[in-house]
Amino acid sequence: MGKSRIIAETGAGQHGVATATACSYFGLECKVYMGSIDMKRQSPNVLKMELLGARVAEVNTGLKTLKDAVNEAFRDYAENYENTHYCLGSALGPHPYPEMVKCFQSVIGEETKKQSVKLFGKNPDTIIACIGGGSNAIGIFSSFIENEEVKLIGVEAGGKSNKLGEHAARFYGGTPGVLHGCYSYLLQDKNGQVAPTHSVSAGLDYPSVGPVHAQLFEQGRVIYFSVRDEEALEALKLLSKTEGIIPALESAHALAYLINEIKKLENNCVVVNLSGRGEKDLPQLFENNFLDIGEKQ
Amino acid sequence: MNRIEKTFKQDPAFVGYITAGHKGLDYSLKAALALIDGGVNILEIGVPFSDPVADGPVIQNSSSHSLRNGTNIFNVLELIKNIRSRTEAPIILFSYFNPILQADKKDIYHLAKESGVDGILIVDLPLEESELHIKKCKDSSIAPIFIIAPSTETERIKLIDKSGSGFLYYACRSGTTGMRNSLPLGFAQKMEHIKKETRLPVVAGFGISTKDDAREVLKYADGFVIGSFFVNAMENGVSHEELKKLAKGIAPRPTIID
Repeated sequence: MGKSRIIAETGAGQHGVATATACSYFGLECKVYMGSIDMKRQSPNVLKMELLGARVAEVNTGLKTLKDAVNEAFRDYAENYENTHYCLGSALGPHPYPEMVKCFQSVIGEETKKQSVKLFGKNPDTIIACIGGGSNAIGIFSSFIENEEVKLIGVEAGGKSNKLGEHAARFYGGTPGVLHGCYSYLLQDKNGQVAPTHSVSAGLDYPSVGPVHAQLFEQGRVIYFSVRDEEALEALKLLSKTEGIIPALESAHALAYLINEIKKLENNCVVVNLSGRGEKDLPQLFENNFLDIGEKQ
Repeated sequence: MNRIEKTFKQDPAFVGYITAGHKGLDYSLKAALALIDGGVNILEIGVPFSDPVADGPVIQNSSSHSLRNGTNIFNVLELIKNIRSRTEAPIILFSYFNPILQADKKDIYHLAKESGVDGILIVDLPLEESELHIKKCKDSSIAPIFIIAPSTETERIKLIDKSGSGFLYYACRSGTTGMRNSLPLGFAQKMEHIKKETRLPVVAGFGISTKDDAREVLKYADGFVIGSFFVNAMENGVSHEELKKLAKGIAPRPTIID
């Protein structure tokens, strides 16, 4: 493409770290837009990006989270498209971004398929993935959409309550609308202004959802649920203690769904997409006493 | 002949932008009339939006200010009705798509026409997604106005020329709206090329804020847009009299009303 500069947006910092890694390998200039609130709650990933040579641009507009980082990245791209490519991380944005992201993330589904056949001798019965913009979910779902016997479940951020502004459950509280160049389910007020969102996890804290998910929702191929902040926190603690795996807060939402529904899923081969690791969340969790370590010993 | 055609027949277009409800709707009404008194002959009235990705900091701030005041698209049309009762200047409704899409359930295109809107410019709706929008505009006798940029290829200019009406809005530099000190390099060549490819009048905007720039633009284009410069002045609390003077200072021709 002949471009020398890469920009990206990031919420949890995972896509930012990935982009910064690729840029350092290829010797490309890299700038990652990130809401100032997300920079604070995902500080280990900010340090990683900086160590990798990327510039992390603090975004202080709007709610200072993922949506606002996307806004700034678009503004940058509009200005610098001649030497810059916008490497959009989530399964959203104008065409063909959602299709591109789906294609790149499909490695997760392909890998799952292979491992599944090896472990279970068949496809999984149920696949559970968390959904912010929806990139990890579309990645793992994409290989199984044709396999109708595989139940696909997306888990959104239920935040603190059902009230508009206190969650990011687009399929629960959203209506069709346009943001960031795509028509999808959107948390908005009656005048078409984008509503504030809340989630304990930066990566799920976004008012719209990838348009491919909206289609899968309408078709009934994927079923979408949401879990609350505290359920995700409990799930994070449980997996850490029982399996020695610290999941990202985002992925802990998918896990919490499994825990809630475990009885219904007995004798099922279930795959939960642990799309990220939780080290990035530790400073935030300790600072806010979310882990209540010691109390329950 | 409609208001837009009439204006271009008489004079070059001096388009003045304000964000509706910035500093309150009463202020917006007086500001719009002050701009007209100062020589603006087409008004562009912006619907505030929570996520204005095409705008720089000045218009972003005016938009959030207006939303904090509770402005919605129906208030904006009410404002336009008030302006329309006092002037025959063409009024262009400038918006992001989502507020229009949501208000479409209430027949927003007809309401707009009744309020006195002559053209609608939706900054984040590409031509490929515009079919229904164009049809609704035409059904209400509103001109669908499209934007082209320095990166727009010739074939695309031709397509936009076919679909749009009123005028063509040339965002003459890459990036967002905002005040700049000079015209972009290669402006003249780009404009000459665009003029060859369209039957519509071409109005240049994005980063124009001085009389010298406006004069230079008019050597090649049929009009120019001043946005952030006025919005910034309003943010700084200028009186309506001062706003009129600011417009006069840029106006390419002596104004009739004094």
